[in-house]
Amino acid sequence: MDYKKKPLPPVVGKAGFGLLGIGLVLMILAFAVNTQRAFFDYLWMYMFLVSIGVGSLALVALEYLVGATWSTPFRRISEFLASIIPVLAILVIPLFFGMHDLFHWTHPETLQNDPLLQSKASYLNVNFFIVRVAIIFVIWLAFYFLFIRNSQKQDVTKDPALTRQSIKLSAIFAILFIVTISVTAIDWMMSLEYHWYSTMFGVYYFAGTLYVSFAVAAFFAVKLNENGYLSERLSNNHYYSFGAFMFAFNIFWAYIAFSQYMLIWYADIPEETFWIIMRMKGSWAYFSIGLVFVHFIIPFLILLPRSSKVRPGLLTKMAVWFVLAHFYDLYWLIMPTYFKDGFVFGWSELGFMMFAIGLIITVFRIRAAKTNLVPVGDPKLESGLNFHLN
Amino acid sequence: MVSIMIKKLINFVKEYDSKDDREPRSKKLFGLAALYNTPNEIITAAADVAGKGYEKFDVYTPYPMHGMDDAMGMKSSKVGYVSFALGLTGMCLALLMIWWMSSVNYQNIIGGKPFFSLPPAIPITFEGTVLLTGIATVFGMLILFNQLPKINSPLNDTDFMKRVSSDKFGVVIKADDEKFSDSEVRKLFLSGGAFEIQEIYYRETNLGIKTPIFDGKFISIIFATAILTAIITYITLNIVLYDVVPFDWMWKQAKINSQSKSDFFPNKAGMREPVNGTVARGFLPYEYKGMPDSSVKLLSNPLAVSRKVLERGQERFNIYCSPCHGYFGEGDGRMKDQFPKPPSLHNQKVLNWSDGNIYHVITNGQNVMPSYAEQVSVDDRWAIIHYIRTLQRSKNASDEDLTKAK
Ligand code: HEC
Repeated sequence: MDYKKKPLPPVVGKAGFGLLGIGLVLMILAFAVNTQRAFFDYLWMYMFLVSIGVGSLALVALEYLVGATWSTPFRRISEFLASIIPVLAILVIPLFFGMHDLFHWTHPETLQNDPLLQSKASYLNVNFFIVRVAIIFVIWLAFYFLFIRNSQKQDVTKDPALTRQSIKLSAIFAILFIVTISVTAIDWMMSLEYHWYSTMFGVYYFAGTLYVSFAVAAFFAVKLNENGYLSERLSNNHYYSFGAFMFAFNIFWAYIAFSQYMLIWYADIPEETFWIIMRMKGSWAYFSIGLVFVHFIIPFLILLPRSSKVRPGLLTKMAVWFVLAHFYDLYWLIMPTYFKDGFVFGWSELGFMMFAIGLIITVFRIRAAKTNLVPVGDPKLESGLNFHLN
Repeated sequence: MVSIMIKKLINFVKEYDSKDDREPRSKKLFGLAALYNTPNEIITAAADVAGKGYEKFDVYTPYPMHGMDDAMGMKSSKVGYVSFALGLTGMCLALLMIWWMSSVNYQNIIGGKPFFSLPPAIPITFEGTVLLTGIATVFGMLILFNQLPKINSPLNDTDFMKRVSSDKFGVVIKADDEKFSDSEVRKLFLSGGAFEIQEIYYRETNLGIKTPIFDGKFISIIFATAILTAIITYITLNIVLYDVVPFDWMWKQAKINSQSKSDFFPNKAGMREPVNGTVARGFLPYEYKGMPDSSVKLLSNPLAVSRKVLERGQERFNIYCSPCHGYFGEGDGRMKDQFPKPPSLHNQKVLNWSDGNIYHVITNGQNVMPSYAEQVSVDDRWAIIHYIRTLQRSKNASDEDLTKAK
């Protein structure tokens, strides 16, 4: 393997830091101006970062689990992105102080007057909520450190036993990932409207996490390789699977989103339909229809031809698109509870978005400074580099 | 018997297999074929052949090989366009079908939904799209690559084909390639490490019949296969698996069904009889049952007209009567062409009728119109009659009615 580590250009660090800084200032202002709105924005940003952090860890595990080789040369990118998880463990703390603003079910008087909530209270109560979040973070952090440790150790020792160990870990993580990501979605987003329930909500969010994680990984992979940071042996054809998976998870998301919608539409039960009706009021109607096009139809048509899955310029653009589409999707899931009459997008939302993107870039840069961008000791690396499309 | 048949079959296949060429070859050269030992050799050989500018050549390997498309200099396939076009067609056709069935041809209100709405149409649309895309891809491939109507390649039954479909790798350059020259091609093959070069000649039949797909033998085999499959499917599903019930659709339930026997009651009948001399509420026997309508004039409508009664009447009418009589009683309901067309409720006969006559028709039925006594309660029947009267009046509204409505 001809890999030579090069430091990332300083502009990456500056961009990340700049976005992070401006975002932070705007966030603080937002809290000062309108605390409740800021908490909703914060939750929105937090869920986005969970998607990328935990989703990327899932991609790492997925590679081990299925024995994929095409992604081995790019695995470090997902590992770096998974480093958002430790940051999330800190970022989650402010949310606990916003629970009163965010969740109506935490209000004692609501609980007293609402028999429906009373019957859910054994699950939906603040103490158990915090315990769940804590357990989930223990799981995420534990697997994050184990995967990263194994992978990094292998750079030096080149010991295939580490890969075998990671395969076992990933089999366990695959199950825990599905459970934790579903519980996260239900706790943080579904419970915003605690009367509402959808048994597909967990898988809806899961589809979104992998949708955006593949896109962000593709963005960094293509950008790094086009600028010569990975390996000369990686060509456009190696990007194909990124394009294919972005395409696949786009369809998967649409499938889940539509199934959830259609079942609610068909059954026509007030407990379920009110959630959709909230998203049909005022300008939300345009927002909801926009979601179908922005998230699914347009990227579907663009990524459909095989050739667009290997064009580096197009792929990075589509990756950015996917990131914005995921923001859009989460906004649609979270914000109607706050903006009841129509959607609003102002500097405060923009600030939280900038913070999230700045954080991703910064975390990536910090991790990339010390660690090889390619897992040089991985036994599957060679066949990953030898990947042929046809 | 069966074992003899199987033995015969095996012998037939063996014999068939051992014959190298069952049909005589002509003098016309199809092409030159070269065999190689290793995958690396074949990749370089393919690249060499393509690099020398040959166009009519093909490579044969026992398993799919990555990197071969590039080596052969193949352009990306056109099948995708065929799939896309037919996929779109499938999408439109499926949508059109659902729309036409549910809102034109057979209007039926299901679950209070509009006749046509997008959500339930999407799964079918999706399936229509996928179905036509799949078919298009397979047939596109068969026609574009396998040149479908032609099914009999001169390479069939050659020693070359046998080798490349087990453990060797081969290239064939066709004689009709513009650059084809025997000596050049041989030189090229040998320089790439070919261990054997074979000449492949056309079969007589290749030259004679242009499209052997229409060959009688081929068609009869296809038909025989289809019939055999149909018979086997029929026997499996209707005879062998007949008694196997994977899911009983709730036929079997713990409750006692009507008209069935039960040991619980002394008279062993599952159904209970009403107490002697009693009548269930709302089920007073109809005294004019089966009588001609001339005898029922005296019945009059016991309900007072009110907005509530009319709305109830409208709702019941739309549910029970509009399928045949139409929403306005003009006889143009959604069942048209599927049930005899009823007369308009605005005809002179019904206009002159007393409410009791209409009540009689609903309760008793009239000719092909069945009785609705089971479905519509007595009060609802009278409410419907009020509504019919309203419809009739709306068709013949006087000026006075209009000013009053203001
Ligand atoms: C299945 C179709 C169908 C439905 C449903 C139906 N009808 Fe009829 N109806 C008919 C037909 C057909 C006739 C003509 C019968 C005949 O040949 O005399 C008829 C005749 C009548 C007549 C007599 C008209 C005349 O000129 O002789 C009245 C009144 C009437 N229907 C009322 C109703 C009402 C009220 C309902 C709802 C409770 C109803 N029908 C539901 C098919 C239907």
